[in-house]
Amino acid sequence: MPQQPMSSDALPMVTLDPRLGPAAVASDPLSDDARQRVRELGAHVIARYPRSRSALMPLLYLVQAEQGYVSPDGIKLVAEMLNLTTAEVSAVSTFYTMYKRRPCGDYAVGVCTNTLCAILGGDAIFESLKEHLGVGNNGTTPDGKVTLEHIECNAACDYAPVVMVNWEFFDNQTVESAKELVDRLRAGDPPAPTRGAPLRTHMETSKVLAGFADGAVNAGPSAGPASLTGLELARERNESAPAMRQEDGR
Amino acid sequence: MSFNLTPVLTAQWGLDQSWTLGAYERADGYQALRQALDMEPDALIQLVKDSGLRGRGGAGFPTGMKWGFIPQGDGKPHYLVVNADESEPGTCKDIPMMMASPHTLIEGVIIAAYAIRANHAFIYVRGEVLHVIRRLLNAVAEARAAGYVGRNILGKSFDLELTVHIGAGAYICGEETALLESLEGFRGQPRLRPPFPAVEGLYACPTVINNVETISSVPAIVRGGAQWFRSMGTEKSPGFKIFSLSGHVARPGQYEAPLGITLRELLDATGGMREGHELKFWTPGGSSTPLFTAEHLDVPLDFEGPPQHGSMLGTTALQLFDETTCVVRAVKRWSEFYAHESCGKCTPCREGTFWYVQIYERLENGTATEEDIETLLDLSDNILGRAFCALGDGATSPVTSSIQFFRDEYVAHFEQGGCPFDPVASTVFAGASA
Ligand SMILES: Cc1cc2nc3c(=O)[nH]c(=O)nc-3n(C[C@H](O)[C@H](O)[C@H](O)COP(=O)(O)O)c2cc1C
Ligand code: SF4
Ligand code: FES
Repeated sequence: MPQQPMSSDALPMVTLDPRLGPAAVASDPLSDDARQRVRELGAHVIARYPRSRSALMPLLYLVQAEQGYVSPDGIKLVAEMLNLTTAEVSAVSTFYTMYKRRPCGDYAVGVCTNTLCAILGGDAIFESLKEHLGVGNNGTTPDGKVTLEHIECNAACDYAPVVMVNWEFFDNQTVESAKELVDRLRAGDPPAPTRGAPLRTHMETSKVLAGFADGAVNAGPSAGPASLTGLELARERNESAPAMRQEDGR
Repeated sequence: MSFNLTPVLTAQWGLDQSWTLGAYERADGYQALRQALDMEPDALIQLVKDSGLRGRGGAGFPTGMKWGFIPQGDGKPHYLVVNADESEPGTCKDIPMMMASPHTLIEGVIIAAYAIRANHAFIYVRGEVLHVIRRLLNAVAEARAAGYVGRNILGKSFDLELTVHIGAGAYICGEETALLESLEGFRGQPRLRPPFPAVEGLYACPTVINNVETISSVPAIVRGGAQWFRSMGTEKSPGFKIFSLSGHVARPGQYEAPLGITLRELLDATGGMREGHELKFWTPGGSSTPLFTAEHLDVPLDFEGPPQHGSMLGTTALQLFDETTCVVRAVKRWSEFYAHESCGKCTPCREGTFWYVQIYERLENGTATEEDIETLLDLSDNILGRAFCALGDGATSPVTSSIQFFRDEYVAHFEQGGCPFDPVASTVFAGASA
């Protein structure tokens, strides 16, 4: 967990390639316990694939689940587990935006600013959250609770403007609702997502992203209202697909 | 109204606990699998060919033909990979599908794997959808416990492993060969083709890659048959399709209808644009498909229609923008997206999208010139057809189409020294106290 105030510009950045953004800037060692857990769970991950290298991405998530980000030490561990060089592992971890390179707040708040959400209000939401939280893009509040970022289209355009918290959907946001959302995150009273399970911390969610179920599958609805509009309309208009007959065509 | 809504894939999204095996089986789930496993694999491939099902991931490639390309008796393992990366801006159908009814996809996966003689299938799902991932992981576990996945499925001599592979934020991994690289544990950068994945795909073995909606359509085709499927849609684009309506519309959402409907019909049925506003431009199938305007309301939305008017069906992600929207601002943002997501492998896309963004910044702050518009068109010429993969081509779509239809609006930006639009007017909360 972050101990001190951080913002995107308070930390030194080592830029390898302008497209890749800052390279690893934090480098806490993994504890022996953490190392052990990654090795144990990692063995299950590796068993999922015909070739061990395919386990690289989930193993990086397991490291992130321990440290909140992917540290050089974590990269070394993954390299050892897969018989790869650290350069090979780090080339992969820096390619993907979901692997953090420094500690992230308990709640990663992502405002969709791809075109559709941006125009419907995402830009206004992102600007107002930056001001409200006093952080820039990828900045973390001094209490270590919230990391703010803008994100790309999250496949929820029919719920625009969309905000994600730890990759759970907060649909149909406004400037006010988004401010209230982050206030409650900081106050330790996280609201429930629109479609999803009660929020876990960012580190906890990384374990699910490594492919380990957390028992929260039955929370939340099957679908949000916009997902069901077509069905509702079909019902209103009394329409359906043609009935299936037992087939002739084979 | 000249079309009927045809909910098939979406039909069970509203059921109580629709994501569970119990709910799915109560709605005839896994009946298609029983039927399929009683058939010869080749008969299944023929059925899918006869149905005319075409890929729902954007390109519309005939699915049965793709399956038929897999060499048989070659002694190599075969793989089925489901593309669940859904990241094309505007596209929002696969994610609700897997949230509400993951078993529809899994049943399709098992049938497809059996048809192409694959014993290991993967679902490559984007990472930014935590709850969808939970639903998928749970559904795979349920299917395994019920004997639908694993060894000797339903007592037959067919084994299948099914692995959910979770992405980590990279649009390019939706491109099928980049996806394979990623699944093999590398950076997601496209591969040179040929060899095509059907010959050398995952681990250099024959591999079928299909979109979530494509594979999810298979159980219904098995149950209903090819003629039933063809009773919807058009001759060359048969069947039902989820149309995703978003933006400045009265009723955004997912509408499952036969291929070939028009946007006018869909808008008439759904209450049109938001009140007091009119359509200005729209994407027929995501941001990589050239923009349409109100002139194109009657273009049939099937695989043949949009290409006759300079665009593509893409993912049927209908993003609609009204007259309050600045097209330059919209395209600037898409260009920033492509620049950010360009994998950097080839120069036309890497450099071209970078320069797009520089020019759009000048346009937005009012310092661009007529020459910049020409440069945008030149850059587009240099990307289109010269990029290593379709991401680069896609990046040119909004740029060239917006200049084609709205050149005056570009000019207005430098004549007036900035954007002539009020961004507040285009928000959903315009009018409310913001
Ligand atoms: C940049 C890029 C992104 C893509 N993203 C996706 C995606 O998220 N989902 C998808 O199914 N297809 C995507 N595609 C298309 C795939 O390459 C491939 O054509 C498709 O998965 C094939 O499945 P289908 O035949 O069932 O349509 C993308 C293509 C490109 C060039
Ligand atoms: S077109 Fe763009 S995304 Fe595709 S290979 Fe070239 S640089 Fe990478
Ligand atoms: S543009 Fe925001 S979810 Fe698609």
